[in-house]
Amino acid sequence: MTARNASFPRRVSVYLYRHPAQRLLLLLAPGLLWLLVVYIGSLGSMLAYSFWRLEEFTGLIERTFTFDTYEQLWQPANRDIILRTAGMAAAVSITCAVLAFPLAYYIARYATPRMKTVLYLVIIMPLWSSYLVRALATRQALTQEGVLYWTLERLGLDGVLRAFLQLPVVGGPSVIKSYVGLFVAFVYLWLPFMVLPVEAGLERVPRSFTEASSDLGAHPWTTFRTVILPLAMPGVIAGSIFTFSLTLGDFIMPQFFGSGAFFLGQQVYVQQGVVGNLPLAAAFTFVAMAIMVTYLLLARRTGAFEAL
Amino acid sequence: MRASTRIGRERAGLGLRLAAAGVVVFLYFPVAIIVLNAFNVESSYFTFPPPAFTTDWFGITFRDPALWAALRLSITVATVVTALALVIGTSLAAAVYRTAFFGREAVSFLVVLPIALPGIVTGIALRSTFVLADIPFGVVTLIVAHATFCIVIVYNNAVARFRRMSPNLIEASADLGASGWQTVRHIVLPQLATALLAGAVLAFALSFDEIIVTTFTAGQQQTIPIYILNRLFRPRQRPVTNVVAILVILVTFVPILVAQILSRRTDAERPAGAP
Repeated sequence: MTARNASFPRRVSVYLYRHPAQRLLLLLAPGLLWLLVVYIGSLGSMLAYSFWRLEEFTGLIERTFTFDTYEQLWQPANRDIILRTAGMAAAVSITCAVLAFPLAYYIARYATPRMKTVLYLVIIMPLWSSYLVRALATRQALTQEGVLYWTLERLGLDGVLRAFLQLPVVGGPSVIKSYVGLFVAFVYLWLPFMVLPVEAGLERVPRSFTEASSDLGAHPWTTFRTVILPLAMPGVIAGSIFTFSLTLGDFIMPQFFGSGAFFLGQQVYVQQGVVGNLPLAAAFTFVAMAIMVTYLLLARRTGAFEAL
Repeated sequence: MRASTRIGRERAGLGLRLAAAGVVVFLYFPVAIIVLNAFNVESSYFTFPPPAFTTDWFGITFRDPALWAALRLSITVATVVTALALVIGTSLAAAVYRTAFFGREAVSFLVVLPIALPGIVTGIALRSTFVLADIPFGVVTLIVAHATFCIVIVYNNAVARFRRMSPNLIEASADLGASGWQTVRHIVLPQLATALLAGAVLAFALSFDEIIVTTFTAGQQQTIPIYILNRLFRPRQRPVTNVVAILVILVTFVPILVAQILSRRTDAERPAGAP
């Protein structure tokens, strides 16, 4: 069959088969256009806004280049918000890693194939789908009328909780109104994002390595510390990208929990909404983005992306 | 190390098994509380244990016209977004998985960026653009926003499947005289199908449930998550939120479960949509 008397679709497909560059372009075009124009373009307009400023008397946004908004960002109150949020994100990420390890290790090492399937499902289900449901759930579980207080009372441990809430910084009048409540809620929400990458990292630790380590007389703890943990680290870092990033930008949970001290996402929400200061909101968001991009670039060096 | 009780597979120690089970319980227990409280008579504080049970909240919720409007909006947005993500995500995956080209690494990094960066980044960035370009907030702005972070979901699933697909089959099909469309239709798509289904369901669920980016790009409209959030801080309307939460579980959990089970038959290894 020659190209001349072939049908049009046939000629198109022959053309595309013979011209891989055009074929590639055709496949890439919609996605690249979308991501470059809509996404990267929007990051550009966000950056532009952060270099404009809100004229306080008129309430209008002055579209001339200025560092005023970033100066405002550097004021102690705003700086505290950034540090508080980054601290929370770090604490949440570390705790998620510690909690994820036993489950991930169990799945990677001991679970039968059927059990593995079930556990994958158990972890993947809450991962993409039920943020708000799970957010509501933590709040209802941790209120003074809720199941946590009830259980502690039955166990006679409510005194321990009250003593704990007396502690400076982490404490507060109740679990809901303390950093601890917010912290527990974040850990609960983002834990699945840590389990899967850690599990993927552990899958790649050859069983023979741990066997060799114990044959050579290493204590299980030594094997864990010197063999398993370093090899699983890329998985932990991959997981922490999600836990850190999700904590950094969340503005729903600090409305449900906490002492009322602002977090980054909340400040962005209030500034762009009630206050109408989109430049300051953009500057805050830019900080969150800069932290995450730095984090991603560092993570890439450790080989964490292969564990994703 | 403990001695093997079965050939080739050791049993985990009791401590490890308890810890693993504990984490699973921690993940699911609060969701059970939500379901329980949808029937709780004591509505403004959700006392535990519930003093008595009622099904009244379901009737009150389902009689609210705002719920149906929100549901319609959420389903419309999620459907269009899923279709867009399927087309864009799959073609990007097809381009990236085999051909080596300049900037390929950059493309795969770019696709992941909208979910690797915090949601407020996508939200505020798009909001800046919409305000700057005088685009009124509406269904279209929501669709654009959701599609931006849903493309990667389909992309991830499609790339994983493409990598397992044998390129010989495509060449054999062409050698036997099939046109490009016939090859795509009869060789490529059947092999991709379950991966695309899993990706589509995840994208739909993610769009249906998303609230961070939605808040910044919805304007005055109410999707289901915004409907829930708006009622949460009004004590008299609070019981409604748990009923709607059950609805969200039904719309997102159940299809994901089905899609995972379907795609599992072909992909033995990693779960679809693993980050």
